[in-house]
Formats: sequence, C-alpha cells, structure tokens
Amino acid sequence: MAVTVPAVEVHQLVKRYPKRPVNAVDGVTFAVATGEVFGLLGPNGAGKTTTVGILTTRVRSTEGTATVVGVDIAAHPVAARRLIGVVPQRNNLDRSLSVRQNLLFHAAYHGVPTAERTLRAAELLDQFGLADRAEDKVDTFSGGQAQRLMVARALMHAPAVIFLDEPTTGLDPAARLFVWDRIRDLQQSGVTVVLTTHDMDEAATLTDRVGIMDSGRLLALDTPAALTRGLAGRFTLEIGTVVDDAHGAQGARGGVLDDVTDALAGWPDVDRVETIAQSRGSGHQAASGPEGGGMRLRLYVTQEPAAMVAPVAELLRRCGARLTDVHLGTPTLEDVFIDLTGRALR
Amino acid sequence: MTPGTSTTPATVPAVPVLGSAGPARVFLAVLWRDIFVTGRELGVFLAQVVLQPLFLLFVFGKVLTELGYARADYAELLFPGIVALTATLTGLQSTALPLVIDFSFTKEIEDRLLAPMSTALVAAEKVLFAAIRALIAAAVMFPIGVWILGSVPWRADAMPLAVAVLVLGSLVGAAIGLTLGTLVPANRINIMFAVILTPLLFTGCCQYPWPSLAHLRWFQVVTALNPLTYVSEGLRAAMVPSVPHIRPVICLLALLVSLAVFGTVGIRGFLRRAID
Repeated sequence: MAVTVPAVEVHQLVKRYPKRPVNAVDGVTFAVATGEVFGLLGPNGAGKTTTVGILTTRVRSTEGTATVVGVDIAAHPVAARRLIGVVPQRNNLDRSLSVRQNLLFHAAYHGVPTAERTLRAAELLDQFGLADRAEDKVDTFSGGQAQRLMVARALMHAPAVIFLDEPTTGLDPAARLFVWDRIRDLQQSGVTVVLTTHDMDEAATLTDRVGIMDSGRLLALDTPAALTRGLAGRFTLEIGTVVDDAHGAQGARGGVLDDVTDALAGWPDVDRVETIAQSRGSGHQAASGPEGGGMRLRLYVTQEPAAMVAPVAELLRRCGARLTDVHLGTPTLEDVFIDLTGRALR
Repeated sequence: MTPGTSTTPATVPAVPVLGSAGPARVFLAVLWRDIFVTGRELGVFLAQVVLQPLFLLFVFGKVLTELGYARADYAELLFPGIVALTATLTGLQSTALPLVIDFSFTKEIEDRLLAPMSTALVAAEKVLFAAIRALIAAAVMFPIGVWILGSVPWRADAMPLAVAVLVLGSLVGAAIGLTLGTLVPANRINIMFAVILTPLLFTGCCQYPWPSLAHLRWFQVVTALNPLTYVSEGLRAAMVPSVPHIRPVICLLALLVSLAVFGTVGIRGFLRRAID
C-alpha cells in the first residue's frame, strides 16, 4: 500500500513550559516534502531544538499537530519512532559499547534482522570512514568522529526521515565538510532530511528550503535563493573611484567627488549611497582610496548589481572620474534574518 | 539542488522496509544490551554488590558469635536477613544511580528511548534488569554464607517461598531505585545515598526478627514501613521457620503493594524525565 503524504507536517504547533513567560514554540506551521532537505535556521533559543524534540517524540506539544509520513506523533509515538532517525546535538553514544556494537544494538532496538544489521553496519562504517575504528570504544572519539557515528547509527534502521539537530556545531572545517557531503548523499538516496542550524552558510548550502525561526515563531519559509531575492534593496555594489588627472586642482578634485556622490544618489536604481573612505587630495590618504582624490562608495541598489557596473562607469566618466575597483554584494540569509528581526543572527 | 515545495505530495511506503518488530522483540533487544554489558564485567559487578553483605555476615555472624558477644544461633537468623538486604539494595542501586547518570550526564539512554516501544516499557526493562542483577547477587550469597559460616539454614520445601520473596524483593528494590533515580535531582544524589540508604539498611529487620521488637514498639512501627522488612521476614519464614516471623502471606502482600506503589511512582518519574 502506498499513501501520498508529506514526510513531515506541522500545524499550529505550540510548546509552553510552565512558569515561562513566552512559548518555546509559538504556533509553527510547515510541511516537508519527501526527499527534501529542510532547514530550520535561527539563533540559540529560537525554538528549533524544541520543534525537532516534538517531531522526534521526546517533547510533548502543548497545542497543534505534528505528523511524520502521515503518523500523528502525539497519538502514535511508537509508530513514529519506526519512521525517524535522530542525530542529537549532544553526543549520546553508548560508551559501554564499541563503534560497531553501537550500530548493531541500535538496529536490534529497531528489530532489524541479524544478517541485515551486520551487513548495514559494515556498509555504513565504510561509508562514514569508521571501518578501521569499528572495534574501538567510542569514548576515545573526537567530536567529528562521534558525529559521523551518530549519523551512521541513525541510518541503521533505514528511516524515512532523519532529523539532525545542529549537525556541525563545534566541528572543525574538515569534519564539517564531511558531514555536509554525507547529508548530500542522503538527499541523493531520497531520504528526507530535517536539520537545524544557526549557521547561515550551512542553511544556504545544504537546504532545499529553509525556515527562519526566532522566539518560537517561524518568520519566513522558502528556498534560500527566494528568501534573499526578497531583499532586493539589499543588493550592494561597492566601487572604488579616482578623479581623472584632467581635473588636477585640489579644489576641483573635491568637487568632482561631490558631483559623483550626488549623481549616484539621484539615480532611481540606487536606494542609498554610503561613503566608506574618501581622500580629497589634501595630502592624507584614505584607507582604501588612492592618493590625491579618490573614494570608496557602497551603493544599495534595487536591481542585479552586475548589470549596473557599466552604467556606473559611464556616469563616473561623465563626472570626470574613473572606476578603479568593483565588488558585487548579494544579500545572505543573515541579511534576511536581520531584515526580519532587526538583530544579527549571533 | 532542487527546491522542493510543501504542496507536492509524495509517494512513501506506509511501513519502512526495516524495523517493524513487535514490542516484545524490542524489549528483549534493550534487555539484551544491559545483560551483554554487565556480563562482560561480571567480576566488577559482583565486587560492587557482594562485599558489603559479605563483611556484615562475617563481622556479625562469625566474629561476634566466636567472641561470645552474640549467641551461636544468631548466624542462622542473620543469614536470611543479609540475603534479603543483598537482593533489595542491589536492585535499588542497579536502577537509581545509573538512571541519574543516564538522564543527567551521559544521555546514553536516549537511543533506547527512541526505540519503537512505549517509554514505560523502557522503565520496566530497567526494573527487570536490576531485579536480575539483584537475584544473581542474592544467589551468590549462599556459597559465601557456606564459606564464612560453615553452613547456611536450608530446607528443600522452603524453595518456592524463598524464590517468591526474593523475586518480589528484588523487583521492589529496583522500583524504589527507579523512583529515587528519577525524582532526586542529579546534584542531590550523594545526599540521597546517605539519607535514604543508611536508614533503609538498618530498619529492614535484616539483623533482628520483627516480632522480637514488641518491647520497642515505636521501632517496630518504623520497621513495618520499610519494604525490606518483609523480604527479611519472608526469607526467615522460609529458611528458619523456628524463629518468630511475620506470616508469609502478609510478607508477600506487603511486597506486592510496595511494588505497585513504587512501580507506579517510579514509572511516572521516568516518563517525566524521558519526555519533556
């Protein structure tokens, strides 16, 4: 029998802890399609881990509904546990068991037949680069190795949905890239992935769609590209410019720079002009500007910045200056978060 | 990357290919993990649980009687009490401390809490496993008793009652441990052992028969509140029936009531710790 349902569906989910003034999760609604990599992005305390806790049967919701593959988690936690794999934020490996035994016992808890679990353990140890450590105790493991083993363990019973709570927090860059690669493998193999992170690069790189959470609320939900595209005014174009030698007199140089700034500010595609550094040719050198009459400006523009480079160069030429340096800035998920909350992500 | 949408329905199997075992099989797998881990360090386990009763038996049953401070037949009366103590306290210690460590520090139990069986069954497994440890420790006390005392009181027809009392006593000890391990905050666990274990050890009628306390009425009342009293008295009824004892049926009933009370409170405490 086959049914058509989202891999994860959450409707008006609320978690209220007694004696706390605000809800840990406050009316969150979203759905995750099968095979999707779905991210929850937000600072610590945003409610991401509590949401995942509810979805993994470890936290009881106060209101609302949550399902995995159509199974109501509150009503049928045992059935839900068969469908999910969980990689927690903290190392909870069984220190009394070896690496391989951690995998084998996990599979046994899930009723995977003996032959099947031996085979899967060998495969996963190989895939996760742990085959040579298979018989070691896990308490000698580094953070990265423990994380790999926890992901492998979560896959032992072939879950339909895997939940990763801040899978790369505290890992070194190499271990982080390894975990990212394994998550991409999962996506290739059709496993649905739900991960939480406070790292915008991780969310932007790995996820198909990302939900931005803060103070228990889901503030926005879309593909990373669509979320940043929504911030059209946040495209930036950073330019360096110097006054042409033809305008040699010092007073004239300052005037040229003022003309440039005014002309750019008056352009309909430019929201705002910010002067980063300026040297009006009075002898002292600006941080990034050239000696004797130059400046760096950041333009907040409303269209693709790349398309504006040529018109800007032309405008500068008409004013008697020339373009020396260009940097295109596209908004990040961090900017989206700032736009939504007025605060930085960390 | 292909952006997915929440509205796209997807085809998924109703039941995953792997992992569709019934609760009995899951329960046995979880129990097997504990037996597997303890079995590898049986010597350490026995040293942990047998040394205290061994010394109690040696000092009170051997040294004091040899020196003439206790009557020669005191050892006969003491031995069932020490076996009762071993069973009940081993049960208690096999749940209380490991659960505090698991829930507050290592979190190792989480993988089993995510196994496809009800959370109450995970608690029940802890109690059953602790009771198995307690029964092993109690059984080991018999050869130790023979070694220290020369002989231990034993009657073949006492077997059914002795086993029933020991099984119930082990389960009650484990259920008390489950209650303490889930209700006492982690930073208070040291205090718990001092404040609860010592009174439990000396008010459980291990070292004296309950009916003989008639002259010390208030203490008799206090000891009647300790479940360990009914394990000691039940074992005495089985092994040395000539010593005055509480009637076996009352012992068994008291132990069943204790198991129901501590089992219920303990499982509730476990659920509170396991599910937020």
